[in-house]
Amino acid sequence: MKYTAGVDVGSTQTKAIIIDEERRIVGRALLDMETSMVTVAQDAFRAALDNAGIHEADVAYVAGTGYGRYKVTFGREQVTEISCHARGAVTLFPGTRTVIDIGGQDTKAIRVGADGQVQDFTMNDKCAAGTGRFLGAASFALEMPLSELGPLALKSRNPVRITTTCTVFAESEIISHLAKGILPEDVLMGVHQAITSRCVSLARRVGIEAEVTFTGGVSRNVAMVKLLEQELGMRINVSQDAHFCGALGAALFAHDRVFGNQEPAAEAAEEVA
Amino acid sequence: MNTPVADAAVAAAEFDPRLDGQRLMKDWYAQLDTANERNAPVANVFVMGNAIEILRAFDFELVFPEINSLQTGVRKASEEYIQLSEDYGMSPDVCSYVKADVGLILKENRHPAGRIPKASLAVASNMCGTFIKWAEIWERWLKTPTFVLDLPGQRCAGWQVRPGDAQHAADARWVEAQFQDLIAKCEKITGRKFDMDKLAEVEERVNQMVHHWNNVMALNRVCPAPYNAMLDGLTFIGIMNVYRGAPEGVEFMRKLEEHLKAKVARGEGRVAEERFRLLFSGTPCYVSMRRLVELFETWGGVFAYSDYLTFAAGGMDAAELTYDTSRPLESLAEVTALAAQRGLSNQFFAHERLARQIRDYAVDGVVFHGIKSCRFVSSGMADTREFISRRLDVPTLYIESDLIDPRYWSDAQIKNRVDAFFEALHQRGGGPVNRKAAETER
Repeated sequence: MKYTAGVDVGSTQTKAIIIDEERRIVGRALLDMETSMVTVAQDAFRAALDNAGIHEADVAYVAGTGYGRYKVTFGREQVTEISCHARGAVTLFPGTRTVIDIGGQDTKAIRVGADGQVQDFTMNDKCAAGTGRFLGAASFALEMPLSELGPLALKSRNPVRITTTCTVFAESEIISHLAKGILPEDVLMGVHQAITSRCVSLARRVGIEAEVTFTGGVSRNVAMVKLLEQELGMRINVSQDAHFCGALGAALFAHDRVFGNQEPAAEAAEEVA
Repeated sequence: MNTPVADAAVAAAEFDPRLDGQRLMKDWYAQLDTANERNAPVANVFVMGNAIEILRAFDFELVFPEINSLQTGVRKASEEYIQLSEDYGMSPDVCSYVKADVGLILKENRHPAGRIPKASLAVASNMCGTFIKWAEIWERWLKTPTFVLDLPGQRCAGWQVRPGDAQHAADARWVEAQFQDLIAKCEKITGRKFDMDKLAEVEERVNQMVHHWNNVMALNRVCPAPYNAMLDGLTFIGIMNVYRGAPEGVEFMRKLEEHLKAKVARGEGRVAEERFRLLFSGTPCYVSMRRLVELFETWGGVFAYSDYLTFAAGGMDAAELTYDTSRPLESLAEVTALAAQRGLSNQFFAHERLARQIRDYAVDGVVFHGIKSCRFVSSGMADTREFISRRLDVPTLYIESDLIDPRYWSDAQIKNRVDAFFEALHQRGGGPVNRKAAETER
C-alpha cells in the first residue's frame, strides 16, 4: 500500500494528513507552533505517521501547504492553501461551491468548480481583522481558552457592537467593555459578530453559491458556525476534519502526482527568502 | 556594402531599450540639476492634462513631480522621503507621491537622481483631485505660480464624447480659451513671444512618437510577447512622458520599434518559455515592480499589456490623439479635451476597454493592483473584476500594495496570491484559448 501526505504549516498550528491509495484519511496530527517551522512540520508529519501506524518509507509523496509550505523541507511540492482548501472542501463535501476558511491570521473566501478547481478567491489584506487572531485577542483579554469562547458567546442576550477593525485595538475595546460591567458573553458575541460580518463581506466579493463549506481552525467554534449560517441564510457544511482541510488538499495533490500522473503546478515557484 | 535593411538590423541590435532609456532619464535629471543656474524657465507638470506642448514651445525645462516620486521608489529611497513628510505631520493615508514630494521639499530638493530645480510655473489640472491640492503646497511653500486647467469630464454614464461632436467642440473651445491664458502667463514669465510654428514642430514630434508608441504596443500582441508591459513598458512610458515632443523622444521610440520588430522576427520573447499572457490593470507598485514581475515570470507569466500604458502615456487612447499641425492650438485643445474625457470617464468604460484588450492581446488572466494611498484610482476595480471573471470567464487576481510606499508591500501574502492564481490557471489547462491566433499573428 502506498500513501501520500499533506502538511499544512499555518500561522498558529501545523496540521498533517496521510491518505491511502483510495484517498481515505488514515492518519492526522495537529501541533501548535511552539518550535521552528521546519521542526514542527517534521514533528507533525511523524505524529501523523504514528497515528496511521505506518513508516515514512510507506509515504510516496509529501506536499506542503500554508504560509510555511516551503518549510516542509521533506516535501516534494508546495501548493498554496487556497488551492488546497478548495480541493479538500470539495472532497469532503462534493456539492461545495464556496469555501470559507478562517485561520489564525487569514480569512479567505474561495469560489470553486465541481472538480475543486479554484474559480476565484479573496482574502483579508494586510490586516488580521476578521480572522482567528481576533478571537485570540478576546481569549487573551478574557483569560479564557479558545475552545470555551464559542459556547459562552451563544449564551449572550445583549451582544455589544465591537467597532474597531484593528485586532490589536479590539483587545483594549474588549477590556473597556468588561470594565463597564458588560457580561463576558455579550462582549464575546460582539467579537464573533464582528468576525462574521467581515468574513461574509469577503465571501460576497467572490459571490456566494451553495453549498458553502466552512474550513480552518475557527470552524470548530460553534458560535461562528451559527452566526455564519444566520448571516448567509443557509446551512453550511462543517466536517470533523475541517481544521485539516488544507492538509487534506495537499495530500490529495500529492496523490495526483503518484497515481494521477499529473504534472506539479508549482514546479516553477521558488521560495521567498 | 550593407543594405538599408541590414543597417537597420544593426542599429536595432545596438539599441538597448533599458540602458538607452536609463541614459535618457539620467540626461534629463542632469539638465534639471543645472536649470536654475542657467536661468532656464522651469515648469512643474503632471503626467495627465499638462499642456506640455505649449511649455516646450517656450523652452521650459519640465519637472514631473510624479516621476520624481516614483523614481524615489525605483531607487529604493521612497521610505525616507515619505517618512520625512509624515514626521512633518502628513497622514499615512495621503498619496505617497505627494508625501515623497513633500519629503523632497523638506530635503531642499535633493533627489537621489540630482537636484530638482525651483519651478517658475506649475500647471495642474482636475485630472486628479490631488493635483490641485499638491500644487497648492508648492504655491504656499515655494511661492510657485500655479495655473490650473479645468478639463471637462464625463457627464453621464453610458455615453462619452466622440471626436468632432458638438459637445467635443464646446469642450475644445473651453480648453483653448484656457490655453490662451496659459500662453499669456508663459510670455510674462519667460519674456518671450509665443511662436505658433514652434508649437506645430513640437506637435509633429509628438505625432511621430505616438505613431511609434502605438506600433510598439501592437507588437506585444504576438506570442511570445517581446517585452513585459509592466517592467520594460515602464521604461518606455517614462521616455514617452519626459521626452514628449522632444527630438530624443522621437529617436528613442523609432529605435524601440525597430528593436522590437527585430525581436519579434526572431521569435524572441521576454521570457524563455511564455506560458501565460497577462494584463495588468491599475497603477504600478514602483518600489517592488521588479519583484512583482519576477513572481509572475517565475511561472512563465508575462504582462503582455497594461492599461496603465494607455492612460499614463500623456493621453488616454493614443490612437485617436494625433495633432493637426496646420492649426496647432485648436488641435491641441481638441486632443486635450478628448484625452481628459477618456481619463475622467475611464471607470465608466473600463470593462469595455479591458474586454477589447483581453481579446487583442490574447491574455489568460487579468491582474488588478489596488493602491493603498490612492483609493480613487482603485475604485471601480471590484465591478470591473466581476465583469471580467463572471461575464467573460477570464481569471482575475486582485492584489494590493502602493505606488512607492514599501510598508504596504507584504511579500509572503502577495506571493501566496500570485501562486494560487497560477495554480488555478494551471488547473484550467494553462495557455490562452486563443493562443493559436496570437501565434499565427506573428
